[in-house]
Amino acid sequence: MSAVPAPLAGAHGAWLVARREIRDQGRDWRILAPIAMLTLFFPLLMNFTAQAAVDFVNRYGAPIIGERLIPFLLLVVGFFPISISLVIALESFAGERERLSLEPLLVTPLSNMQLYVGKMLASLVAPVLAAYLGIVVYSAGLILRLDWRPPVPLLVQVLLLTTAQALVMVAGAVVISSLTTSVRAANLLASFIIIPVAQLVILESMIMFWGQYSVLWYIVIGLLVTSALLLRMGIHLFNREELLGRELDVLNLAWVGRVVRTEFGAGAGNLKAWYVGLFRRSLPRTLPALGLVALVMAAGYGIGLWAARQWTLPAEMLTLQADPQLVLANMRELGFLQPQGWLWVLSNNLRAVLLASVLGAFTFGVLALVLLTTPVIIVGYIAGNLALAGASAGTVLGALVLPHALVEIPAAMLAGAAILRWGMVVVSPARGRSLGHHWLAGFAEWARLMVGLVVPLLAVAAAIEVFLTPLIAVRVLFGG
Amino acid sequence: MTEALIEAVGLTKDFDDFRAVAAVDLAVGPGEVVALLGPNGAGKTTTIRMLASLLTPSGGAARVAGFDVRRDPDAVRARVGLLTEHHGLYTRMRSEEYLAFFGGAYRLPRGVLQERTTRLLEQFGLAGDRRRRLGEYSKGMRQKLALVRALLHDPPVLLLDEPTSAMDPASAFQVRGSIDRLRQESRAIIVCTHNLKEAENLADRIAIIRGGQLIATGTATSLKQEVLGRRQMELRLARPLDGAAGLLPQGARLVASGADWLRYETEDPRDSNPRFLRALGQAGIDVVTLAEVERSLEDVYLQVVGRARPSA
Repeated sequence: MSAVPAPLAGAHGAWLVARREIRDQGRDWRILAPIAMLTLFFPLLMNFTAQAAVDFVNRYGAPIIGERLIPFLLLVVGFFPISISLVIALESFAGERERLSLEPLLVTPLSNMQLYVGKMLASLVAPVLAAYLGIVVYSAGLILRLDWRPPVPLLVQVLLLTTAQALVMVAGAVVISSLTTSVRAANLLASFIIIPVAQLVILESMIMFWGQYSVLWYIVIGLLVTSALLLRMGIHLFNREELLGRELDVLNLAWVGRVVRTEFGAGAGNLKAWYVGLFRRSLPRTLPALGLVALVMAAGYGIGLWAARQWTLPAEMLTLQADPQLVLANMRELGFLQPQGWLWVLSNNLRAVLLASVLGAFTFGVLALVLLTTPVIIVGYIAGNLALAGASAGTVLGALVLPHALVEIPAAMLAGAAILRWGMVVVSPARGRSLGHHWLAGFAEWARLMVGLVVPLLAVAAAIEVFLTPLIAVRVLFGG
Repeated sequence: MTEALIEAVGLTKDFDDFRAVAAVDLAVGPGEVVALLGPNGAGKTTTIRMLASLLTPSGGAARVAGFDVRRDPDAVRARVGLLTEHHGLYTRMRSEEYLAFFGGAYRLPRGVLQERTTRLLEQFGLAGDRRRRLGEYSKGMRQKLALVRALLHDPPVLLLDEPTSAMDPASAFQVRGSIDRLRQESRAIIVCTHNLKEAENLADRIAIIRGGQLIATGTATSLKQEVLGRRQMELRLARPLDGAAGLLPQGARLVASGADWLRYETEDPRDSNPRFLRALGQAGIDVVTLAEVERSLEDVYLQVVGRARPSA
């Protein structure tokens, strides 16, 4: 027996895995045929489409449509080949598992990182190169047929956007593939990637037709950040044991209920002990997320002030002159100063928090932060406009917002932090438990904070908003 | 005493609420082959996977080639040759490419890889097929190539799950010969198999696992003695017994008899058989045959795993 060589260096190991798969793809006509079609035939079809569209719109004196369509088709030509990367990535681990070739691979001394990155590279290389080639073919066609040379910054932007989109799709698909037992299950879960990416492409097309190409840079950055998050999540979750040991994708509701119950109760025997646990353990764990939410909300207020300078309201819109009794009567008509109003405000706020939670749970908490920060942006916008109109923003906001905001904003921040923690739990869960277990534990922690603090605080805030704020506002602003 | 290359103490594996392997103790030294037997779902593959650092033990400990399976999984994997239950080949590749890929994963220098590829393919009769795609290989050829893959990095420890399951008799014979040679090269080898004859011929020790628990270990002979009792001899005479049973020497006990035959059990056949034959000769009783009653590992296995063997 000979001495055991040192383990393979990171990049070499990853490339070894990728190279084998790329070579394998090169022998599979089911992958080669669509790539060849989308790389060579499809760009030529797009050239024809561009020519026909430009000729058509020029006839009606709307050349701008043609001008905007040509760069958009550049993006489309790049997107189609990279869509194949999704198919390859989805079967990267699940397919090997089905073909029973995974165990020999997992027993090699290749590290988790090498295996994972190797699989990602294998899914990326061929489709991305095909996309680049497609873009080149389309661009060449444009030059030859329409004498239209794509500006270099636009070309770079489209190439980067194509690459970043492929990265996101592959990073997400490899995560799915490494967590499912079959290609079928992976394909079913692929809608979590396909739907957001489809929405993104629609957004990108709108931006391109709008002509705001600089906005696309932000999308590139956002996609790269998302890819990095997904990559980190995938490597963190990559577990040889789970890959080999998981046999069934059966929903075990009894187990789900047990995990949630245990984590929600946290071993407390009574309500007092439960609250003690909430304040001593759950709340301190939430503090970093709370800090981040505070920063985002502060930034949101700043954005509101900035927006006020950009899109200033006419000063007359901000004039507050009315009969105090009439204001109060109008408020009563709207439901203020009445129990039904309290219920309405509370249910409204709860709906917003629940919507933010659902969105946040599947977007690493990002959409929840966007949703919860929006009211703060609006308040900042109004404050900015008041200041620009020469009114006392402090007095107006102090009377109209501050009384209930003193309770509502901490509740919203806490909700945001709880959602953020829940959404981020999949990015870096502690080792030793399955992703499902972590996600359920995250949900239970979110539920503890919601039930224990957020909902009671929102109830108090709604009471203040309905019964107290109108009286203070009328007294301060209308002298009633 | 030579240090064991595989050493498991209280090795346990739980999958949620299910205990797949329960407190298995096992030691395999260099140059030793242990056959791991047991019904389907007994925990053989799970045990093998834990020893290959593919599964993390829930309890107990195991060291393989001097490395802890939990703490040094990469070092363990670099020193283990695992033949998986399913060959799991990449069917679009050729055997050369396939072995080059795994050689790369084990970081074998090019020259070493080429030498081993050539030698192992020849040893297993696959040299003539090295340019063919693996999809064109027969089941047996695939199994042999999977074994070559497991041997490629020259590991001191081999874990072989059903090494001859898909093979024709000639190929199986060839593989058994290879395993024997590997034993002579001082490797520690665990073979999981349902082929009890193969286990008996190949293994130095047998370990029987059922419901995740190791329920019997020992050499084939010791297990037979332990499970089936003392060795039995059958005597066949030319004529009816004529009181031959009364001539049985001390230490031998009559088990059964017929008109011209009798069966007895004895602790030490080397002592009791010659004495019995002498006594029969002196009594003028003609002996046709005296032979040991064949007791197979299958008898032991069936008894141990609790399934009654249908009577002959």
